[in-house]
Amino acid sequence: MSTSFLPARIAVSRWVPGERLDAPEADPAPVPGAPVVGVLALQGDVLEHRRALRRCGAEVVLVRDLDGLAGVDGLILPGGESTTIGKLLERFGMLGPLRRRIDAGLPVLGTCAGMILLSDELDQDTVQPLVGGLAVRTRRNAFGRQRDSFDTRIEVSALAGGPLDVSFIRAPRVEAVLDDDVEVLAEVGGYPVMVRQGHLLATAFHPEVTGDDRVHHALVEAVRASRPHADGGVAHG
Amino acid sequence: MPSPPGTQYARLGAHRRARRPAAPPADAGTTIPVQPPPAPSTAPGRSVRTTRDRDRSTDMTEHASTDQHTGTTRVKRGLAEMLKGGVIMDVVTADEARIAEEAGAVAVMALERVPADIRRDGGVARMSDPEMIEEIIAAVSIPVMAKARIGHFVEAQVLESLGVDYVDESEVLTPADEANHIDKWRFGVPFVCGATNLGEALRRLSEGAAMIRSKGEAGTGNVVEATRHMRSIAGEVRRLATMDETELYVAAKEHRAPVELVREVAETGRLPVVLFTAGGIATPADAAMMMQLGADGVFVGSGIFKSGDPQRRARAIVEATTHFADPAVVAKVSRGLGEAMVGIEISSLGDDEKYAARGW
Repeated sequence: MSTSFLPARIAVSRWVPGERLDAPEADPAPVPGAPVVGVLALQGDVLEHRRALRRCGAEVVLVRDLDGLAGVDGLILPGGESTTIGKLLERFGMLGPLRRRIDAGLPVLGTCAGMILLSDELDQDTVQPLVGGLAVRTRRNAFGRQRDSFDTRIEVSALAGGPLDVSFIRAPRVEAVLDDDVEVLAEVGGYPVMVRQGHLLATAFHPEVTGDDRVHHALVEAVRASRPHADGGVAHG
Repeated sequence: MPSPPGTQYARLGAHRRARRPAAPPADAGTTIPVQPPPAPSTAPGRSVRTTRDRDRSTDMTEHASTDQHTGTTRVKRGLAEMLKGGVIMDVVTADEARIAEEAGAVAVMALERVPADIRRDGGVARMSDPEMIEEIIAAVSIPVMAKARIGHFVEAQVLESLGVDYVDESEVLTPADEANHIDKWRFGVPFVCGATNLGEALRRLSEGAAMIRSKGEAGTGNVVEATRHMRSIAGEVRRLATMDETELYVAAKEHRAPVELVREVAETGRLPVVLFTAGGIATPADAAMMMQLGADGVFVGSGIFKSGDPQRRARAIVEATTHFADPAVVAKVSRGLGEAMVGIEISSLGDDEKYAARGW
């Protein structure tokens, strides 16, 4: 009895590449000259992002303070609880410096909570610190509570390689785009769930939990292209 | 949302590229290019089979018109991933929930009495009043968890229908079934369960739990049991990782856990789900110690609202959990917090007073 119930219930359908945090093949050593990308590590699924970035060839720094922030050429605001991350940014005096770096052109990817933090406005009356920079109005928990969280595959208009496999977990969505140079890259139910404005990219979903690294790859490429001290080219070959 | 021509998005892939200028304007800033990666990220070598991807026909609810799947193992475990590095606080009223949210909690646990009061008052401890849970859900924007008794699947059904984000099948409440835990695969709502060692954690996972927490000894304000359980789980994971394939069958027998899960832990060197700590955490230093022992996050029960200054203590524990590896921060936030909750020496508890022994 107890020996048979598990195989009957668990049908392992496929292996997601880099599924495990510490799968050896998922953590190649960074090559010299690799772009340095930070993951804001105050709270949230920081390690999933680190894993995805490493697979994309980046050197990853977990950013917990101003020193960490100063040393990165690109940044990810991870999934997590946006109220918590915002408050911690404020309490540890990182909100202002982060805004200044974003204004100065730091390439940033925000996923889920990260998208909320990047938004200029919220569609709700909750008071919470935001980083801002992305000209959108965002609604938190727009798809409902956890019972409404879902996995899906979405078409991203500008992303080659077929639909993107993603999870929406108590996810936000963009209610209104506030500037003409905000570009909507994907929608669910008529609402934008992936937007880009210059050096800022934001997704309402979690590309980091699925093993499909195309979104992270886009960020790493942007960081490569933007680095001030990257003259002479990246150390390819 | 079409962009006017001449904007800076020059390096778009697919069909959009045709509408773009060939070269970006001279003043274009950094643009995040969206294009295919140079090579598929599929890593070569041994593939690790995990329990995350389960049979879609039994595990998911498919929405007729779209390709959206709710209640999958990935979104269940995924919510717990999003709580990592955070503090989940026990609250008994909507006001306490607001205080917790304001302090920076990543979620609140709604219950009728905090464990210290359950311990003091005795009697049968049950699921909370749905009205109170709904008030708390309405009061905060962060996830709301609630406790069901061990084995009491109807309490879990009620909590799921209320829209609770996570159900804690908890030893703090009086068990409703002395043989069986809830079959958690049947639910769309994810479950967190307590464990004192690796075998217990894996048995809960085999029943469908999507998150594990150490049991500790709730309501005592004494962290010693949580320490024991965290060290036990982490040590047993390390030992499994050193075994060869043949030894895993005996290890599974000794842990009284399914060999598939034992193999997964051995291959990956960690639990396949998030591991929080709970039971007796009362100070910022307690929280930081648990994080250094390998916890992904912290549950604080009686420790906050049974202390002298809940607002400050809640905030301090949140900050110590974030900067757990930085003693200077832990020292700074620990100053002037007022009185911690009164602690109980574990050895003064009779065997029937120990909650950690509930569940099996």
